[in-house]
Amino acid sequence: MKNLLMAALALVMSCAFARAQDAPMQAILQEQSALIMENSRRTIAPAIAAVSDSGLPEAQDVLQAWQAKNLWQRRADGLFFRATKAEGKTYTLYDFDTHQPAGTVPASDLEQIKPNSGIRALIGSALVQFQLQDPDPKRRLAALTSVQRNPSADALAPLRKSIPDENDPSILALKLRLERLLTIAHDPDEAQRIKAVSEMSGDLGVDVRATLNPLLATRLAVFAGPPPATLNIAKTLVPGASIEVVQAYDMLVKADLAPELVTDAQLYAALVEHVSDGTVGGIATHQLDDPQMRQRAYAALAAAGTVRTAPDVERIAQTLEAHSFVEVYLEPSSDVTDAVSKALDTIAVTVGANQAMDLLLDGLSLASIYFLAAIGLAITFGVMGVINMAHGEFIMMGAYTGYMVQQVIPNHTASILVAIPLAFAVTFAAGVIMERLVIRWLYNRPLETLLATFGVSIALQQIAKNIFGTQARPLTSPAWLDGAWVINDVVSISYIRIAIFVLAVFFLGVYLFIMRRTRLGLETRAVTQNPRMASSMGINLNKVNMLTFGLGSGIAGVAGVAIGLFAKVTSELGSDYIVQSFMTVVVGGVGNIWGTLAGAAMVGFLQKGIEWFNPSNTLAAQTFMIVFIIIFIQFRPRGIIALKGRAAGD
Amino acid sequence: MSHTYHRRTSSTVIFLGLLLAFTITVTFLSEGMGAGVISTSFVKTLGKTLCLALVAISMDLVWGYAGILSLGHFAFFGLGGYMIGMWLMYERTREVVVTSLADAPIPPTPQEVSDAIANRIFGVVGSADFPMIWAFADSLLAQLMLVVLVPGVLAGVFGWLAFRSRVAGVYLSILTQAMTLALSLYLFQNDNGLRGNNGLSGLQNLPGLTDVPQALVSVWFLWGAALALGLGYLLAVWVVSGKFGSVLRGIRDDETRVRFLGYPVETYKLVLFTGTACMAGIAGALYYPQAGIINPAELAPIASIYLAVWVAIGGRGRLYGAVIGAAFVSLVSSWFTGGQAPDVPLGFYTIKWVDWWLVVLGLSFVLVTLLAPKGIGGLFDLLERRVAPDRHGADLGPDQGSLREEESRE
Repeated sequence: MKNLLMAALALVMSCAFARAQDAPMQAILQEQSALIMENSRRTIAPAIAAVSDSGLPEAQDVLQAWQAKNLWQRRADGLFFRATKAEGKTYTLYDFDTHQPAGTVPASDLEQIKPNSGIRALIGSALVQFQLQDPDPKRRLAALTSVQRNPSADALAPLRKSIPDENDPSILALKLRLERLLTIAHDPDEAQRIKAVSEMSGDLGVDVRATLNPLLATRLAVFAGPPPATLNIAKTLVPGASIEVVQAYDMLVKADLAPELVTDAQLYAALVEHVSDGTVGGIATHQLDDPQMRQRAYAALAAAGTVRTAPDVERIAQTLEAHSFVEVYLEPSSDVTDAVSKALDTIAVTVGANQAMDLLLDGLSLASIYFLAAIGLAITFGVMGVINMAHGEFIMMGAYTGYMVQQVIPNHTASILVAIPLAFAVTFAAGVIMERLVIRWLYNRPLETLLATFGVSIALQQIAKNIFGTQARPLTSPAWLDGAWVINDVVSISYIRIAIFVLAVFFLGVYLFIMRRTRLGLETRAVTQNPRMASSMGINLNKVNMLTFGLGSGIAGVAGVAIGLFAKVTSELGSDYIVQSFMTVVVGGVGNIWGTLAGAAMVGFLQKGIEWFNPSNTLAAQTFMIVFIIIFIQFRPRGIIALKGRAAGD
Repeated sequence: MSHTYHRRTSSTVIFLGLLLAFTITVTFLSEGMGAGVISTSFVKTLGKTLCLALVAISMDLVWGYAGILSLGHFAFFGLGGYMIGMWLMYERTREVVVTSLADAPIPPTPQEVSDAIANRIFGVVGSADFPMIWAFADSLLAQLMLVVLVPGVLAGVFGWLAFRSRVAGVYLSILTQAMTLALSLYLFQNDNGLRGNNGLSGLQNLPGLTDVPQALVSVWFLWGAALALGLGYLLAVWVVSGKFGSVLRGIRDDETRVRFLGYPVETYKLVLFTGTACMAGIAGALYYPQAGIINPAELAPIASIYLAVWVAIGGRGRLYGAVIGAAFVSLVSSWFTGGQAPDVPLGFYTIKWVDWWLVVLGLSFVLVTLLAPKGIGGLFDLLERRVAPDRHGADLGPDQGSLREEESRE
């Protein structure tokens, strides 16, 4: 039977050879037919190599068809075709060399080649070289990305081969970079690897670190006596110092170099098992609430041979002494590991510098948020001396105004442009109403202002909760504010935060303009310095107070829109910011906008700085920041920038 | 002066008499010891209200008499609760653990007991070790001392720092609020050793008294709270009626002038601030075993502000005013927010008090501040026909809001 088959095969092959001149690809396939049909991961490599190294333009076609399980063999003559499903159970065949249809045949006349996943992966890496040289740049890019995701040693040679012919500069850059990384990871030549490592040191890319870090992977190993010199040793561990004694001993046990310890649980179980007549090993059970008595009972049991002997402390120390514990690099070459750790150190320094830069940007953006939240307070508290505990609720009203506007105007850009002045108007009105109804009666009683405005604050918060519910409402930023300005893999800042920074600077300008260049500012400053004198100069105190308070509240509303863009809008939005806002004003120095600016910068940078020490715990950062501020106030009770002389008011 | 003394004593006698009558009445109407007209949970509510009245007295002392608007006294109250809660939780868990280990063939070692307790208490925050701050949790005496010491030391350090750098007025209020916020944020962390936002629970179960029904325990705590309130009230009356009290009022009305007269203003303030913090801690230690649970939300800055609200509504600057404010506002609040108050249908909208009570409270607070600075206590002035002189809108004295002239007449 087998002979018959072989004979048939020989016949078929001779048939095929006859066509070799005009069908080179088919010829190669016929040559490898046995391997292809064997379809085994272990033996298929020469067949794939024969196809991919053939230099024929059809090679890519064949490999793709093969990989996609579209390669079929005609049972009659053993020829290979690409086949696509036609009507019913028939398939249309395509010749690889001519690219022409070669008839439609029923499935029963064909045999499908079904490569398993291992073979498909081999075909895939053979395909890479074709894809890397594909005329379509998109395909080249896709192939590069797949190599990047799964950097294997096989990709290195085709990648190098594709570099000289590359004409797209951006893809060329990518290819060169990838080639360096693959060289580091997989090049058999050590000198080449070290050269590549030193070239890439200082690069900030995450991919570089992802390539370098595995090269420093270590395993723990234990040896009787000193470790063999052939190993690339990263570190020698001393039990009790650089490795826990228990862990070291466990390693010995695992390597069968020492007897197993008796754990507390095992000891307990052994004692329980051997209780008889209320005693274990000659010791009464009621005495066994002492660990030492337990040890003694166990020792007695061991002496009697009922349980295995536990290694004693001295024995453990001796065993540990006699062995050496080392961390061994998986990478055998010490030159490579040295170069890699040096490169990683260089990278760590660069990354550190850039992280500091990133932290600075984060701090700046947090500072501008606090400044925006506090600038309204700087007016009502700083200039007028009115404690407005409802300031946070004005911020919340501004954010909800933004949300309402977005319900009416679906275009995000337009809605934000409408929301900002509208929020100003709404909170300006609210501020004026509150000033008229509540605050003006309490100008001489600051503590009571605090309490009354607090009453307003809880009422407003609850009203917002009743209207909008407790769930967070989204305030969506326009699409052009999405995303982030990425400077490199470490430093980036989202556009929203830049926008908030710009807004903060803008309102600083507005404040300065109003206070220094307008009639209102002049009158406000006069009223602040001496209300009675200002009043006798013909300034309408009521009007000035009302407008100033309204201005402060209005800016809080605008801050609310800005804060709502990156935080969820809830009725508690304001109370999250109120204490920090007061801190900002108090730390900076009351009555001075530059003080508020300095205060916001200090609070913002401080919080980010503390967060950096313990990134997972923002609560701790806030706690420490407040404690720090309380201490800071001890040394500068009047804030960073304190008013002096008459302006200080005392 | 004799008239003043008589009036003060008479109000004290009336207050203590009423407190005694109230305690006896509740005892005889309770489920645990009498007719059973008042449910155990309401006895607990009344007992808790007495504790709130005690912390309100401490607030009234610092704010009403010395003019320090502290927004941190409820944090001291909570700290007292945490301190007693640590012992209650430790001992209670130890009992449970010892009972469950008693059946084992071999008695447990002290280490095993301690590990089992730690595992039960801290399993919820993913830890199984006792933190340092639980070092004294096995001793009732030590924790009772900590009830007074922890708030006292915190207030002492904070007050010393704040008063020596002359932080006063609204700045001090904001600073105390920041302290409260920092404390509650700290307690919210899971790795702080106080079970993070889970807080301490099961505090109503008294160790060693498992067989005593809660009905009886609630009456005991009512007595304890009433006793503490009575003693606290007497202490407060004694403090404010002597020379110390006069200096305090002087500081409230014009700090600088008192300082120029040679009094160590900072020391007076510090003693008062620390003492009232201890008082608040004791009140908290009596409150939380009745509440059964304490968590960091109890210490949030808002709670301390509510404390100020109670005192303001009750009438600050008079001790019984603080008690009235705390009792009235907290009971009315729990009535409205507990869903017992009937809804008000307006046709187009139904006012649900659960939703709208805070709005009413906030606005009535504004109205009290604006229109009735003396609070509910001012009604007693009307009864006694003590009418403040009509000053045509001018200040009562050189400093804002002081009652100096009125008092100098006394």
